[in-house]
Amino acid sequence: MPHTIAEKILAFRSGAREVFPGELITARPDKVMSHDNAGLVIKHFRAIGSEKVFDPAKIIIPLDHRVPAESERTAIAHKSIREFVKEQNIENFYDIREGICHQVMVENGHVRPGELILGTDSHTTSYGCLAAASTGIGATEMAAVWATGEIWLRVPETIRIEVNGQFKPGVTPKDLILYLLGRLTARGADYKAIEFYGTTIENIPVSGRFTLCNMSMEMGAKFAIVPFDGETRKYLESRMKEDYTPFAADPDAEYTERHIIDASELTPQIAKPHRVDNVVPLKEAAGIRIDQVVIGSCTNGRIDDLEQAAAVLENKQVSRSVRLLVIPGSRSIYIQAIKLGIMEKFLEAGAVILNPGCGPCLGAHQGILAPGERCLATTNRNFKGRMGSTEAEVYLSSPIVAATAAIIGEIPDRVTES
Amino acid sequence: MENKKLKGTVFKYGDQVDTDVIIPARYCTSYHPEDLASHCLEDLDSTFASRVKQGDIIVAGDNFGCGSSRENAPIAIRGAGASCVIAKSFARIFYRNSINIGLPILIAPDAVDGIEDGDEVEVDPATGTITNLSGHGSWQASSFPPEIQEIIDAGGLVGYVRKKLGKMKV
Repeated sequence: MPHTIAEKILAFRSGAREVFPGELITARPDKVMSHDNAGLVIKHFRAIGSEKVFDPAKIIIPLDHRVPAESERTAIAHKSIREFVKEQNIENFYDIREGICHQVMVENGHVRPGELILGTDSHTTSYGCLAAASTGIGATEMAAVWATGEIWLRVPETIRIEVNGQFKPGVTPKDLILYLLGRLTARGADYKAIEFYGTTIENIPVSGRFTLCNMSMEMGAKFAIVPFDGETRKYLESRMKEDYTPFAADPDAEYTERHIIDASELTPQIAKPHRVDNVVPLKEAAGIRIDQVVIGSCTNGRIDDLEQAAAVLENKQVSRSVRLLVIPGSRSIYIQAIKLGIMEKFLEAGAVILNPGCGPCLGAHQGILAPGERCLATTNRNFKGRMGSTEAEVYLSSPIVAATAAIIGEIPDRVTES
Repeated sequence: MENKKLKGTVFKYGDQVDTDVIIPARYCTSYHPEDLASHCLEDLDSTFASRVKQGDIIVAGDNFGCGSSRENAPIAIRGAGASCVIAKSFARIFYRNSINIGLPILIAPDAVDGIEDGDEVEVDPATGTITNLSGHGSWQASSFPPEIQEIIDAGGLVGYVRKKLGKMKV
């Protein structure tokens, strides 16, 4: 039988010859990731009564959500995690210095094409940018995986999204995924896998593919996968030996839905409060006054994102009425941005640069909004109360749109080519 | 499993109730039900936590629990005293988390349409039968696959894995 990429990976990891959508299988993941919530995973792991994790080499723990610790409670949780990784010989522990968990995973060779990876974070779908099948689970579930090395999974149906053509100047993968969210809605891919194809996707670098797979979760997707190609190989060359096994979908694989998008017709997009699928073309949100702009996050905190935003801000000043927060996705991106002079441009324009991490994206610290304030962010969620007050509003956009807004103090009606 | 019927007053909400409104991140430094309970659904309905009584039932539309994978969300709902959630559909991670921590969830689109805020409803978790005691109507929730029912019957995943590992040791 012909199969999709998700079906092939799940068959391989469950030891079956083939698996079919709807089937419940027991799979053995290649890697598992937890961030600050490893504290809760540890608690459940102890409750299960296991003494040793199934395989310390397969567990990766980067701290990123509340770094450096914003409260005594978080400090205690971080401490317990540091003690646990020592006790269990978990070598792939990245303390607060390293960056956002998903970026750390992809950057440091923990994600290989064809792998099945689980993480206690909803945006674990991001690793599809390297042709892996990866998805988010809860803390109790992770404790069970740490104890047994196994998980039950339902084999998902797959949606095929084909995108062809060239983006107009100023249009980015973020605009594409926002457009798709508006079209498919926040439940459009619930329990399903997404595979991306087409000439546009082939020309998007791993960074932009990361953005697509990351935000596919906002459509409910279980997996979001860009098939392995020359771009994936190029990205991985410096990071690992080529001893991985990518899976390709069979040409006549069965898809539950097919969408074909013309990228050349796309314009910059905005998600309005308080829903991720409340998406409109930039023009329809133009003129809305903004108090804070956030550029960064696992969605848009990579070097090309920062470069594009800095180019817009070069020789310009952030509006006196706007606080611009810039958060590089990882330490390595931060260093690269300094070397390329990007951070200088941000600082000269009047930005505040925060340490790599999740920062204000989830409203834990570093840029909480007051009632009545509005934020334009390159992050992935705009739910009510997400970034602080329930009477604040969060809009989502690309880094180019966000940087433009920071200068003029309101959502622009167009972006300048950079 | 204890075959005990659940009975309570309904708190009805709409579609896409996300985990950020179920329990905002500002409270997620705690995993204790008692800490989370008083803030449950605060950003959606600030009166919920003070009005909810032990056994009450949350009824909602599509994609309940979408967004963050935070397990604090079903913990907060259970901690607040709600006995179960009935919805048209659940987001993937919330669905798993609820089963894993032992919060009963029922998928029953027709029941959601037939139940109003404030109705008295009875649920038999063993059979999935939902009865509206205030109005007319009785509905059947979708049943769980046997593999998942086993986890539910063990009271959640911790109990299930303990049992399984215990078996494996013998």
